[in-house]
Amino acid sequence: MRHWRRWLPGLLLVLPSLVLVGIFVYGLIASNIHTSMTDQHTRVEEGGFVGLQNYRDLFGDEDFRYSLRNLVLYTVTFLVGTLAIGFMWAWLLERRLKGEGFFRAVYLFPMAVSFVASGVVWRWLLNSAEGDRASGLNRLFEGIGLGFLQNPWWTDPDWGILAIAVPAIWQLSGYVMALFLAGFRGIPDELREAARIDGASEWQLYRHVIFPQLSPVALSAVIIVGHMSLKVFDLIMSISGQTNYTTKVPAIDMWVEFSAGDYATSAAIATVLLAIVAVLVVPYLVYTFRQERQR
Amino acid sequence: MTTDTLPPPAPTVAPIGRGRRGGSLLGRSLRYLTLVLFLLIVLIPAYVLFVTSFKGLGDATPARAWNLPTSWETAGWSRAWEQLAPALGRTFSMVIPAALISAILGSLNGFVLARWRFPGADIVFTLLLFGMFIPYQAVMIPLVQLMQDLQVPSGIPSLIVLHVVYGIPITTLIFRNYYAGVPDELIEAARVDGAGLFRTYLSIILPISMPAFVVVLIWQFTSAWNDYLFALFFSNARNGPVTIALNFLASGQLQDYSASMAGALIASLPTLVVYIILGRWFVGGLMAGSVKG
Repeated sequence: MRHWRRWLPGLLLVLPSLVLVGIFVYGLIASNIHTSMTDQHTRVEEGGFVGLQNYRDLFGDEDFRYSLRNLVLYTVTFLVGTLAIGFMWAWLLERRLKGEGFFRAVYLFPMAVSFVASGVVWRWLLNSAEGDRASGLNRLFEGIGLGFLQNPWWTDPDWGILAIAVPAIWQLSGYVMALFLAGFRGIPDELREAARIDGASEWQLYRHVIFPQLSPVALSAVIIVGHMSLKVFDLIMSISGQTNYTTKVPAIDMWVEFSAGDYATSAAIATVLLAIVAVLVVPYLVYTFRQERQR
Repeated sequence: MTTDTLPPPAPTVAPIGRGRRGGSLLGRSLRYLTLVLFLLIVLIPAYVLFVTSFKGLGDATPARAWNLPTSWETAGWSRAWEQLAPALGRTFSMVIPAALISAILGSLNGFVLARWRFPGADIVFTLLLFGMFIPYQAVMIPLVQLMQDLQVPSGIPSLIVLHVVYGIPITTLIFRNYYAGVPDELIEAARVDGAGLFRTYLSIILPISMPAFVVVLIWQFTSAWNDYLFALFFSNARNGPVTIALNFLASGQLQDYSASMAGALIASLPTLVVYIILGRWFVGGLMAGSVKG
Protein backbone atom coordinates (compact mmCIF):
# COMPACT_ATOMS: atom_id res chain seq x y z
CA MET A 1 0.00 0.00 0.00
CA ARG A 2 1.40 3.31 -1.09
CA HIS A 3 -0.30 5.37 1.54
CA TRP A 4 1.34 3.60 4.43
CA ARG A 5 2.46 6.93 5.84
CA ARG A 6 -1.20 7.66 6.33
CA TRP A 7 -2.36 4.48 7.99
CA LEU A 8 0.76 3.38 9.82
CA PRO A 9 0.28 5.70 12.85
CA GLY A 10 -3.21 4.24 13.26
CA LEU A 11 -1.92 0.69 13.23
CA LEU A 12 0.78 1.60 15.76
CA LEU A 13 -1.82 3.14 18.04
CA VAL A 14 -3.97 0.01 18.19
CA LEU A 15 -1.02 -2.35 18.23
CA PRO A 16 -0.74 -2.59 22.04
CA SER A 17 -4.40 -3.63 22.27
CA LEU A 18 -3.99 -6.11 19.45
CA VAL A 19 -0.94 -7.65 21.10
CA LEU A 20 -2.78 -7.90 24.43
CA VAL A 21 -5.81 -9.57 22.89
CA GLY A 22 -3.52 -11.72 20.77
CA ILE A 23 -1.78 -13.04 23.87
CA PHE A 24 -4.61 -13.06 26.40
CA VAL A 25 -7.22 -14.53 24.08
CA TYR A 26 -5.61 -16.45 21.24
CA GLY A 27 -2.29 -17.29 22.90
CA LEU A 28 -3.94 -18.56 26.04
CA ILE A 29 -6.57 -20.54 24.14
CA ALA A 30 -3.72 -22.32 22.35
CA SER A 31 -1.91 -22.89 25.63
CA ASN A 32 -5.10 -24.22 27.23
CA ILE A 33 -5.66 -26.64 24.36
CA HIS A 34 -2.10 -27.81 24.82
CA THR A 35 -2.68 -28.46 28.52
CA SER A 36 -5.84 -30.37 27.67
CA MET A 37 -3.72 -32.82 25.67
CA THR A 38 -1.37 -33.68 28.52
CA ASP A 39 -1.73 -35.94 31.54
CA GLN A 40 -1.19 -33.12 34.04
CA HIS A 41 -3.76 -34.46 36.46
CA THR A 42 -2.19 -33.08 39.66
CA ARG A 43 -0.75 -29.73 40.64
CA VAL A 44 2.86 -30.89 40.65
CA GLU A 45 3.10 -33.08 37.56
CA GLU A 46 4.67 -31.67 34.42
CA GLY A 47 2.43 -33.66 32.14
CA GLY A 48 3.32 -35.59 29.02
CA PHE A 49 1.47 -35.47 25.73
CA VAL A 50 -1.50 -37.85 25.56
CA GLY A 51 -3.34 -36.53 22.49
CA LEU A 52 -7.10 -36.63 22.72
CA GLN A 53 -7.22 -39.05 25.64
CA ASN A 54 -8.76 -36.51 28.05
CA TYR A 55 -11.53 -35.76 25.59
CA ARG A 56 -12.25 -39.43 25.12
CA ASP A 57 -12.43 -39.85 28.89
CA LEU A 58 -14.75 -36.88 29.19
CA PHE A 59 -17.24 -37.98 26.59
CA GLY A 60 -17.11 -41.51 27.97
CA ASP A 61 -18.00 -40.15 31.39
CA GLU A 62 -21.68 -40.32 32.21
CA ASP A 63 -21.41 -37.40 34.65
CA PHE A 64 -19.96 -35.10 32.01
CA ARG A 65 -22.61 -36.10 29.49
CA TYR A 66 -25.17 -35.22 32.15
CA SER A 67 -23.57 -31.76 32.38
CA LEU A 68 -23.82 -31.32 28.62
CA ARG A 69 -27.43 -32.42 28.68
CA ASN A 70 -28.14 -29.92 31.44
CA LEU A 71 -26.48 -27.18 29.44
CA VAL A 72 -28.64 -27.90 26.41
CA LEU A 73 -31.85 -28.02 28.45
CA TYR A 74 -30.94 -24.82 30.24
CA THR A 75 -30.02 -22.95 27.08
CA VAL A 76 -33.16 -23.92 25.21
CA THR A 77 -35.36 -22.91 28.14
CA PHE A 78 -33.49 -19.69 28.74
CA LEU A 79 -33.62 -18.71 25.05
CA VAL A 80 -37.27 -19.56 24.55
CA GLY A 81 -38.23 -17.88 27.84
CA THR A 82 -36.40 -14.59 27.31
CA LEU A 83 -37.39 -14.31 23.66
CA ALA A 84 -41.06 -15.03 24.32
CA ILE A 85 -41.36 -12.75 27.35
CA GLY A 86 -39.10 -10.05 25.93
CA PHE A 87 -41.07 -9.99 22.70
CA MET A 88 -44.38 -9.88 24.50
CA TRP A 89 -43.33 -6.96 26.70
CA ALA A 90 -42.01 -5.05 23.70
CA TRP A 91 -45.23 -5.77 21.84
CA LEU A 92 -47.33 -4.57 24.77
CA LEU A 93 -45.29 -1.38 25.13
CA GLU A 94 -44.72 -0.70 21.47
CA ARG A 95 -47.68 1.66 20.99
CA ARG A 96 -46.38 4.41 23.22
CA LEU A 97 -48.65 3.75 26.15
CA LYS A 98 -48.78 6.18 29.01
CA GLY A 99 -46.27 5.10 31.65
CA GLU A 100 -44.20 3.18 29.14
CA GLY A 101 -40.96 4.53 30.59
CA PHE A 102 -41.89 3.28 34.05
CA PHE A 103 -42.76 -0.26 32.92
CA ARG A 104 -39.63 -0.41 30.80
CA ALA A 105 -37.45 0.71 33.72
CA VAL A 106 -38.90 -1.90 36.09
CA TYR A 107 -38.69 -4.74 33.56
CA LEU A 108 -35.09 -3.85 32.85
CA PHE A 109 -33.79 -3.31 36.37
CA PRO A 110 -32.85 -6.97 37.12
CA MET A 111 -30.21 -6.59 34.41
CA ALA A 112 -28.28 -4.15 36.62
CA VAL A 113 -27.98 -6.70 39.43
CA SER A 114 -25.23 -9.30 39.57
CA PHE A 115 -26.09 -12.99 39.31
CA VAL A 116 -24.44 -13.47 42.68
CA ALA A 117 -26.78 -10.98 44.34
CA SER A 118 -29.90 -12.23 42.60
CA GLY A 119 -28.80 -15.76 43.43
CA VAL A 120 -29.15 -14.93 47.14
CA VAL A 121 -32.84 -14.20 46.83
CA TRP A 122 -33.55 -16.88 44.26
CA ARG A 123 -32.06 -19.56 46.45
CA TRP A 124 -34.65 -18.56 49.03
CA LEU A 125 -37.45 -18.37 46.45
CA LEU A 126 -36.56 -21.74 44.95
CA ASN A 127 -36.50 -23.49 48.31
CA SER A 128 -37.44 -27.11 47.67
CA ALA A 129 -39.42 -27.73 50.87
CA GLU A 130 -43.14 -28.32 50.30
CA GLY A 131 -46.27 -28.38 52.41
CA ASP A 132 -46.02 -27.01 55.94
CA ARG A 133 -42.29 -26.53 55.75
CA ALA A 134 -42.46 -24.70 52.44
CA SER A 135 -41.09 -21.21 52.15
CA GLY A 136 -40.26 -19.23 49.03
CA LEU A 137 -42.31 -19.72 45.89
CA ASN A 138 -43.77 -23.01 47.04
CA ARG A 139 -45.32 -21.21 50.03
CA LEU A 140 -46.55 -18.43 47.78
CA PHE A 141 -48.20 -20.92 45.40
CA GLU A 142 -49.93 -22.55 48.35
CA GLY A 143 -51.08 -19.17 49.62
CA ILE A 144 -52.66 -18.04 46.35
CA GLY A 145 -54.38 -21.32 45.68
CA LEU A 146 -51.90 -22.63 43.14
CA GLY A 147 -50.54 -25.32 45.44
CA PHE A 148 -50.32 -27.84 42.60
CA LEU A 149 -47.44 -25.76 41.20
CA GLN A 150 -45.27 -26.64 44.19
CA ASN A 151 -42.23 -28.57 43.09
CA PRO A 152 -38.75 -29.51 44.28
CA TRP A 153 -37.14 -26.92 41.97
CA TRP A 154 -33.44 -27.41 41.41
CA THR A 155 -33.20 -30.55 43.50
CA ASP A 156 -35.12 -32.56 40.90
CA PRO A 157 -32.66 -34.99 39.23
CA ASP A 158 -34.29 -34.79 35.80
CA TRP A 159 -35.42 -31.22 35.44
CA GLY A 160 -33.59 -29.44 38.27
CA ILE A 161 -31.50 -27.40 35.87
CA LEU A 162 -34.63 -25.74 34.51
CA ALA A 163 -35.18 -24.11 37.91
CA ILE A 164 -31.92 -22.20 37.35
CA ALA A 165 -33.34 -20.88 34.08
CA VAL A 166 -36.15 -19.15 35.99
CA PRO A 167 -33.96 -16.45 37.57
CA ALA A 168 -31.96 -16.19 34.35
CA ILE A 169 -35.15 -15.44 32.42
CA TRP A 170 -36.20 -12.98 35.13
CA GLN A 171 -32.90 -11.20 34.70
CA LEU A 172 -32.57 -11.06 30.92
CA SER A 173 -36.11 -10.72 29.57
CA GLY A 174 -36.00 -6.96 30.03
CA TYR A 175 -32.87 -6.81 27.94
CA VAL A 176 -34.50 -8.72 25.11
CA MET A 177 -37.51 -6.42 25.46
CA ALA A 178 -35.24 -3.39 25.01
CA LEU A 179 -33.80 -4.95 21.86
CA PHE A 180 -37.21 -5.70 20.38
CA LEU A 181 -38.54 -2.30 21.36
CA ALA A 182 -35.73 -0.65 19.42
CA GLY A 183 -36.59 -2.98 16.56
CA PHE A 184 -40.27 -2.02 16.64
CA ARG A 185 -39.38 1.66 16.73
CA GLY A 186 -37.16 1.18 13.72
CA ILE A 187 -40.07 0.11 11.53
CA PRO A 188 -41.24 3.20 9.64
CA ASP A 189 -44.90 4.02 10.20
CA GLU A 190 -45.33 4.45 6.46
CA LEU A 191 -44.57 0.76 6.03
CA ARG A 192 -47.45 -0.23 8.30
CA GLU A 193 -49.77 2.30 6.77
CA ALA A 194 -48.92 1.07 3.30
CA ALA A 195 -49.66 -2.51 4.31
CA ARG A 196 -52.99 -1.43 5.81
CA ILE A 197 -53.98 0.51 2.74
CA ASP A 198 -53.23 -2.62 0.72
CA GLY A 199 -55.81 -4.32 2.91
CA ALA A 200 -53.48 -6.51 4.95
CA SER A 201 -55.03 -8.05 8.05
CA GLU A 202 -53.33 -7.60 11.41
CA TRP A 203 -51.81 -11.07 11.14
CA GLN A 204 -50.62 -10.50 7.57
CA LEU A 205 -49.10 -7.22 8.68
CA TYR A 206 -47.04 -9.05 11.30
CA ARG A 207 -46.23 -11.95 9.05
CA HIS A 208 -45.05 -9.92 6.08
CA VAL A 209 -43.92 -6.58 7.51
CA ILE A 210 -43.15 -6.64 11.22
CA PHE A 211 -41.50 -10.05 11.67
CA PRO A 212 -39.10 -9.68 8.73
CA GLN A 213 -38.10 -6.27 10.05
CA LEU A 214 -37.50 -7.71 13.51
CA SER A 215 -35.53 -10.76 12.46
CA PRO A 216 -32.07 -9.11 12.71
CA VAL A 217 -32.97 -8.11 16.27
CA ALA A 218 -34.11 -11.62 17.06
CA LEU A 219 -30.83 -12.95 15.70
CA SER A 220 -28.82 -10.58 17.91
CA ALA A 221 -30.89 -11.63 20.89
CA VAL A 222 -30.33 -15.32 20.20
CA ILE A 223 -26.58 -14.82 19.92
CA ILE A 224 -26.26 -12.69 23.04
CA VAL A 225 -28.58 -14.66 25.28
CA GLY A 226 -27.32 -17.93 23.80
CA HIS A 227 -23.67 -17.28 24.52
CA MET A 228 -24.46 -15.99 28.01
CA SER A 229 -26.47 -19.08 28.63
CA LEU A 230 -23.70 -21.45 27.55
CA LYS A 231 -21.38 -19.74 30.02
CA VAL A 232 -23.80 -20.02 32.97
CA PHE A 233 -21.77 -20.27 36.16
CA ASP A 234 -22.35 -17.47 38.70
CA LEU A 235 -26.02 -18.21 39.09
CA ILE A 236 -25.50 -21.90 39.77
CA MET A 237 -22.67 -21.19 42.20
CA SER A 238 -24.86 -18.88 44.22
CA ILE A 239 -28.10 -20.86 44.10
CA SER A 240 -27.19 -24.53 44.35
CA GLY A 241 -23.39 -24.43 44.69
CA GLN A 242 -20.56 -26.30 43.05
CA THR A 243 -21.18 -29.62 44.76
CA ASN A 244 -24.80 -30.04 43.71
CA TYR A 245 -25.19 -32.77 41.09
CA THR A 246 -28.58 -31.88 39.60
CA THR A 247 -27.48 -28.46 38.39
CA LYS A 248 -24.00 -29.17 37.16
CA VAL A 249 -22.89 -27.84 33.78
CA PRO A 250 -19.46 -27.84 32.06
CA ALA A 251 -18.43 -24.48 33.56
CA ILE A 252 -19.04 -25.88 37.06
CA ASP A 253 -17.14 -29.09 36.25
CA MET A 254 -14.25 -27.00 34.98
CA TRP A 255 -14.03 -25.11 38.28
CA VAL A 256 -14.36 -28.27 40.36
CA GLU A 257 -11.58 -30.04 38.44
CA PHE A 258 -9.42 -26.93 38.61
CA SER A 259 -9.88 -26.68 42.37
CA ALA A 260 -8.91 -30.33 42.67
CA GLY A 261 -5.71 -29.60 40.74
CA ASP A 262 -6.64 -31.73 37.72
CA TYR A 263 -5.52 -29.16 35.16
CA ALA A 264 -5.59 -31.45 32.15
CA THR A 265 -9.22 -32.48 32.62
CA SER A 266 -10.21 -28.95 33.56
CA ALA A 267 -8.54 -27.59 30.41
CA ALA A 268 -10.28 -30.19 28.27
CA ILE A 269 -13.70 -29.20 29.68
CA ALA A 270 -12.91 -25.54 29.02
CA THR A 271 -11.98 -26.35 25.43
CA VAL A 272 -15.24 -28.24 24.90
CA LEU A 273 -17.11 -25.23 26.25
CA LEU A 274 -15.19 -22.93 23.90
CA ALA A 275 -16.02 -25.17 20.95
CA ILE A 276 -19.73 -25.09 21.83
CA VAL A 277 -19.75 -21.29 22.06
CA ALA A 278 -17.71 -21.00 18.85
CA VAL A 279 -20.28 -23.07 16.94
CA LEU A 280 -22.85 -20.43 17.85
CA VAL A 281 -20.76 -17.30 17.51
CA VAL A 282 -18.27 -17.82 14.69
CA PRO A 283 -20.84 -18.18 11.88
CA TYR A 284 -22.48 -15.02 13.17
CA LEU A 285 -19.21 -13.09 13.19
CA VAL A 286 -18.33 -14.32 9.70
CA TYR A 287 -21.81 -13.40 8.49
CA THR A 288 -21.67 -9.86 9.87
CA PHE A 289 -18.12 -9.47 8.57
CA ARG A 290 -19.27 -10.37 5.05
CA GLN A 291 -22.22 -8.02 5.27
CA GLU A 292 -19.90 -5.23 6.27
CA ARG A 293 -17.69 -6.01 3.31
CA GLN A 294 -20.59 -5.71 0.90
CA ARG A 295 -21.32 -2.17 1.89
CA MET B 1 -19.17 -4.09 11.91
CA THR B 2 -22.69 -4.57 12.99
CA THR B 3 -23.91 -1.06 13.22
CA ASP B 4 -26.68 -2.19 10.96
CA THR B 5 -27.76 -5.11 13.11
CA LEU B 6 -30.16 -2.82 14.86
CA PRO B 7 -32.24 -0.37 12.96
CA PRO B 8 -31.75 3.11 14.38
CA PRO B 9 -34.55 4.23 16.67
CA ALA B 10 -37.25 5.90 14.66
CA PRO B 11 -37.63 9.63 15.04
CA THR B 12 -40.42 10.28 17.48
CA VAL B 13 -43.01 11.69 15.15
CA ALA B 14 -46.54 11.18 16.34
CA PRO B 15 -47.61 7.89 14.81
CA ILE B 16 -50.29 8.31 12.21
CA GLY B 17 -52.03 5.16 13.29
CA ARG B 18 -52.83 6.32 16.82
CA GLY B 19 -56.35 5.07 16.68
CA ARG B 20 -55.53 1.76 15.11
CA ARG B 21 -56.80 -1.58 16.31
CA GLY B 22 -55.81 -2.43 19.85
CA GLY B 23 -56.28 1.18 20.78
CA SER B 24 -59.84 0.56 21.93
CA LEU B 25 -60.66 1.02 25.59
CA LEU B 26 -60.91 -2.73 26.16
CA GLY B 27 -57.66 -3.41 24.33
CA ARG B 28 -55.84 -0.77 26.30
CA SER B 29 -57.19 -2.00 29.61
CA LEU B 30 -56.09 -5.55 28.82
CA ARG B 31 -52.67 -4.28 27.92
CA TYR B 32 -52.32 -2.39 31.19
CA LEU B 33 -53.64 -5.33 33.16
CA THR B 34 -51.04 -7.66 31.64
CA LEU B 35 -48.28 -5.10 32.12
CA VAL B 36 -49.15 -4.60 35.77
CA LEU B 37 -49.32 -8.35 36.37
CA PHE B 38 -45.84 -8.80 34.95
CA LEU B 39 -44.67 -5.80 36.92
CA LEU B 40 -45.72 -7.50 40.14
CA ILE B 41 -44.03 -10.76 39.14
CA VAL B 42 -40.78 -8.97 38.27
CA LEU B 43 -40.84 -7.18 41.61
CA ILE B 44 -41.34 -10.33 43.73
CA PRO B 45 -37.60 -10.86 44.33
CA ALA B 46 -37.20 -7.17 45.21
CA TYR B 47 -39.99 -7.47 47.77
CA VAL B 48 -38.46 -10.58 49.31
CA LEU B 49 -35.01 -9.00 49.50
CA PHE B 50 -36.30 -5.88 51.13
CA VAL B 51 -38.69 -7.47 53.61
CA THR B 52 -36.46 -10.37 54.64
CA SER B 53 -33.49 -8.08 55.23
CA PHE B 54 -35.43 -6.41 58.06
CA LYS B 55 -36.63 -9.59 59.72
CA GLY B 56 -35.41 -10.74 63.09
CA LEU B 57 -35.41 -14.22 64.59
CA GLY B 58 -39.10 -13.97 65.48
CA ASP B 59 -39.99 -14.15 61.80
CA ALA B 60 -37.85 -17.17 61.02
CA THR B 61 -40.75 -19.63 60.64
CA PRO B 62 -41.73 -20.61 57.09
CA ALA B 63 -45.33 -19.67 57.84
CA ARG B 64 -44.32 -16.02 58.01
CA ALA B 65 -42.08 -16.20 54.94
CA TRP B 66 -44.09 -13.77 52.83
CA ASN B 67 -45.35 -11.51 55.60
CA LEU B 68 -44.01 -8.14 56.56
CA PRO B 69 -41.63 -8.27 59.55
CA THR B 70 -43.39 -8.34 62.94
CA SER B 71 -40.86 -5.76 64.02
CA TRP B 72 -38.50 -4.03 61.60
CA GLU B 73 -35.00 -4.86 62.75
CA THR B 74 -31.74 -3.62 61.32
CA ALA B 75 -29.48 -6.25 62.86
CA GLY B 76 -29.21 -8.08 59.54
CA TRP B 77 -28.09 -4.90 57.85
CA SER B 78 -25.36 -4.26 60.38
CA ARG B 79 -24.11 -7.85 60.18
CA ALA B 80 -24.01 -7.58 56.38
CA TRP B 81 -22.34 -4.18 56.44
CA GLU B 82 -19.68 -5.43 58.82
CA GLN B 83 -18.81 -8.25 56.44
CA LEU B 84 -19.06 -6.38 53.17
CA ALA B 85 -17.69 -2.91 53.91
CA PRO B 86 -14.00 -3.68 53.28
CA ALA B 87 -14.86 -5.53 50.07
CA LEU B 88 -17.01 -2.63 48.90
CA GLY B 89 -14.06 -0.27 49.20
CA ARG B 90 -11.85 -2.70 47.30
CA THR B 91 -14.47 -3.06 44.57
CA PHE B 92 -14.59 0.68 44.01
CA SER B 93 -10.81 0.84 43.83
CA MET B 94 -10.94 -1.90 41.19
CA VAL B 95 -13.88 -0.77 39.11
CA ILE B 96 -13.02 2.91 38.71
CA PRO B 97 -9.51 2.54 37.26
CA ALA B 98 -10.61 -0.47 35.19
CA ALA B 99 -13.49 1.46 33.63
CA LEU B 100 -11.39 4.57 32.95
CA ILE B 101 -8.48 2.74 31.33
CA SER B 102 -10.83 0.57 29.25
CA ALA B 103 -12.68 3.63 28.02
CA ILE B 104 -9.53 5.43 26.92
CA LEU B 105 -8.19 2.36 25.11
CA GLY B 106 -11.57 1.70 23.52
CA SER B 107 -11.84 5.25 22.29
CA LEU B 108 -8.42 5.19 20.60
CA ASN B 109 -9.03 1.77 19.07
CA GLY B 110 -12.50 2.66 17.93
CA PHE B 111 -11.28 5.84 16.30
CA VAL B 112 -8.58 4.05 14.33
CA LEU B 113 -10.80 1.13 13.30
CA ALA B 114 -13.62 3.41 12.18
CA ARG B 115 -11.81 6.47 10.87
CA TRP B 116 -8.09 5.90 10.39
CA ARG B 117 -8.20 2.49 8.90
CA PHE B 118 -5.27 0.37 7.89
CA PRO B 119 -5.34 -2.55 5.44
CA GLY B 120 -7.04 -5.53 7.06
CA ALA B 121 -8.78 -3.43 9.70
CA ASP B 122 -12.03 -5.38 9.27
CA ILE B 123 -10.40 -8.75 9.82
CA VAL B 124 -8.55 -7.43 12.84
CA PHE B 125 -11.78 -6.09 14.23
CA THR B 126 -13.62 -9.37 13.72
CA LEU B 127 -10.78 -11.20 15.49
CA LEU B 128 -11.03 -8.71 18.35
CA LEU B 129 -14.77 -9.25 18.63
CA PHE B 130 -14.37 -12.97 19.10
CA GLY B 131 -12.55 -12.15 22.35
CA MET B 132 -15.80 -10.76 23.69
CA PHE B 133 -17.73 -13.99 23.27
CA ILE B 134 -15.29 -16.58 24.54
CA PRO B 135 -16.07 -18.37 27.76
CA TYR B 136 -13.21 -17.14 29.94
CA GLN B 137 -12.85 -20.67 31.25
CA ALA B 138 -11.07 -21.41 27.98
CA VAL B 139 -8.14 -19.18 28.98
CA MET B 140 -8.31 -19.46 32.73
CA ILE B 141 -5.76 -22.16 33.51
CA PRO B 142 -2.85 -20.65 31.53
CA LEU B 143 -4.03 -17.19 32.62
CA VAL B 144 -3.53 -18.03 36.28
CA GLN B 145 0.00 -19.16 35.41
CA LEU B 146 0.69 -16.10 33.24
CA MET B 147 -0.40 -13.65 35.92
CA GLN B 148 1.87 -15.41 38.40
CA ASP B 149 4.78 -15.24 35.95
CA LEU B 150 4.14 -11.54 35.38
CA GLN B 151 4.04 -11.19 39.18
CA VAL B 152 0.81 -9.25 39.19
CA PRO B 153 -0.39 -9.38 42.82
CA SER B 154 -3.55 -11.42 43.35
CA GLY B 155 -6.71 -9.51 44.26
CA ILE B 156 -7.53 -6.04 43.01
CA PRO B 157 -4.40 -5.39 40.86
CA SER B 158 -4.93 -8.62 38.92
CA LEU B 159 -8.61 -7.91 38.45
CA ILE B 160 -7.93 -4.40 37.11
CA VAL B 161 -5.56 -5.82 34.51
CA LEU B 162 -8.05 -8.53 33.52
CA HIS B 163 -11.06 -6.23 33.22
CA VAL B 164 -9.02 -3.83 31.09
CA VAL B 165 -7.62 -6.52 28.79
CA TYR B 166 -10.84 -8.48 28.34
CA GLY B 167 -12.79 -5.22 28.09
CA ILE B 168 -10.89 -4.17 24.96
CA PRO B 169 -13.24 -5.88 22.48
CA ILE B 170 -16.52 -4.47 23.81
CA THR B 171 -15.22 -0.96 24.42
CA THR B 172 -13.61 -0.86 20.98
CA LEU B 173 -16.87 -2.03 19.44
CA ILE B 174 -18.98 0.64 21.15
CA PHE B 175 -16.63 3.46 20.19
CA ARG B 176 -16.16 2.17 16.68
CA ASN B 177 -19.89 2.09 16.06
CA TYR B 178 -20.24 5.54 17.54
CA TYR B 179 -17.45 7.05 15.46
CA ALA B 180 -18.78 5.41 12.30
CA GLY B 181 -21.66 7.86 12.57
CA VAL B 182 -19.45 10.96 12.62
CA PRO B 183 -19.95 12.91 9.38
CA ASP B 184 -17.16 12.36 6.84
CA GLU B 185 -16.82 16.08 6.19
CA LEU B 186 -15.56 16.68 9.71
CA ILE B 187 -12.69 14.27 9.37
CA GLU B 188 -11.93 15.15 5.76
CA ALA B 189 -11.73 18.83 6.64
CA ALA B 190 -9.14 18.04 9.28
CA ARG B 191 -7.19 15.87 6.86
CA VAL B 192 -7.17 18.59 4.23
CA ASP B 193 -5.78 20.93 6.84
CA GLY B 194 -2.96 18.45 7.20
CA ALA B 195 -3.90 17.36 10.71
CA GLY B 196 -2.25 14.10 11.70
CA LEU B 197 -3.76 11.24 13.61
CA PHE B 198 -3.43 12.74 17.07
CA ARG B 199 -4.56 16.23 16.13
CA THR B 200 -7.62 14.84 14.38
CA TYR B 201 -8.41 12.70 17.41
CA LEU B 202 -7.88 15.46 19.96
CA SER B 203 -9.49 18.34 18.10
CA ILE B 204 -12.32 16.62 16.21
CA ILE B 205 -13.11 13.26 17.73
CA LEU B 206 -12.52 13.60 21.46
CA PRO B 207 -14.74 16.68 21.94
CA ILE B 208 -17.76 14.84 20.52
CA SER B 209 -17.08 11.54 22.32
CA MET B 210 -18.87 12.27 25.59
CA PRO B 211 -21.97 10.14 24.93
CA ALA B 212 -19.88 7.13 23.97
CA PHE B 213 -17.66 7.60 27.02
CA VAL B 214 -20.65 7.62 29.33
CA VAL B 215 -22.02 4.44 27.76
CA VAL B 216 -18.68 2.64 27.95
CA LEU B 217 -17.94 3.77 31.49
CA ILE B 218 -21.31 2.55 32.69
CA TRP B 219 -20.93 -0.70 30.82
CA GLN B 220 -17.48 -1.44 32.20
CA PHE B 221 -18.40 -0.26 35.68
CA THR B 222 -21.39 -2.60 35.77
CA SER B 223 -19.72 -5.63 34.30
CA ALA B 224 -16.60 -5.32 36.46
CA TRP B 225 -18.74 -4.70 39.54
CA ASN B 226 -20.88 -7.74 38.86
CA ASP B 227 -18.06 -10.05 37.82
CA TYR B 228 -17.71 -13.23 39.81
CA LEU B 229 -15.72 -15.59 37.57
CA PHE B 230 -12.44 -13.67 37.43
CA ALA B 231 -12.83 -12.73 41.08
CA LEU B 232 -13.13 -16.40 42.02
CA PHE B 233 -9.91 -17.36 40.23
CA PHE B 234 -7.87 -14.27 41.10
CA SER B 235 -8.84 -13.24 44.60
CA ASN B 236 -10.13 -14.57 47.90
CA ALA B 237 -12.47 -13.43 50.66
CA ARG B 238 -9.73 -11.25 52.17
CA ASN B 239 -8.59 -9.35 49.08
CA GLY B 240 -11.48 -9.83 46.65
CA PRO B 241 -14.41 -7.72 45.46
CA VAL B 242 -17.89 -7.64 46.87
CA THR B 243 -19.28 -10.54 44.81
CA ILE B 244 -16.83 -12.87 46.56
CA ALA B 245 -17.63 -11.40 49.97
CA LEU B 246 -21.36 -11.67 49.32
CA ASN B 247 -21.12 -15.25 48.20
CA PHE B 248 -19.10 -16.03 51.31
CA LEU B 249 -21.70 -14.35 53.51
CA ALA B 250 -24.65 -16.03 51.81
CA SER B 251 -23.28 -19.55 51.66
CA GLY B 252 -22.38 -19.87 55.32
CA GLN B 253 -23.46 -22.98 57.20
CA LEU B 254 -26.05 -21.06 59.20
CA GLN B 255 -28.39 -19.60 56.66
CA ASP B 256 -28.47 -16.02 57.89
CA TYR B 257 -31.19 -14.88 55.54
CA SER B 258 -31.67 -11.36 56.81
CA ALA B 259 -27.95 -10.60 56.57
CA SER B 260 -27.65 -12.29 53.16
CA MET B 261 -30.55 -10.34 51.72
CA ALA B 262 -29.29 -7.07 53.19
CA GLY B 263 -25.89 -7.94 51.76
CA ALA B 264 -27.33 -8.59 48.32
CA LEU B 265 -29.01 -5.18 48.45
CA ILE B 266 -25.83 -3.46 49.62
CA ALA B 267 -23.78 -5.16 46.91
CA SER B 268 -26.30 -4.18 44.23
CA LEU B 269 -26.79 -0.61 45.35
CA PRO B 270 -23.99 1.04 43.32
CA THR B 271 -25.07 -0.49 40.01
CA LEU B 272 -28.74 0.17 40.80
CA VAL B 273 -27.98 3.82 41.57
CA VAL B 274 -26.11 4.11 38.26
CA TYR B 275 -29.07 2.48 36.57
CA ILE B 276 -31.60 4.82 38.16
CA ILE B 277 -29.65 8.04 37.59
CA LEU B 278 -28.20 7.22 34.20
CA GLY B 279 -30.90 4.84 33.01
CA ARG B 280 -31.05 6.27 29.54
CA TRP B 281 -27.33 5.73 29.04
CA PHE B 282 -27.49 2.33 30.63
CA VAL B 283 -29.98 1.28 28.00
CA GLY B 284 -27.66 2.83 25.43
CA GLY B 285 -24.91 0.56 26.68
CA LEU B 286 -27.16 -2.45 26.48
CA MET B 287 -28.04 -1.61 22.92
CA ALA B 288 -24.40 -1.17 22.04
CA GLY B 289 -23.61 -4.42 23.75
CA SER B 290 -26.27 -6.04 21.69
CA VAL B 291 -24.56 -5.14 18.53
CA LYS B 292 -21.90 -6.94 20.29
CA GLY B 293 -21.95 -9.38 17.63
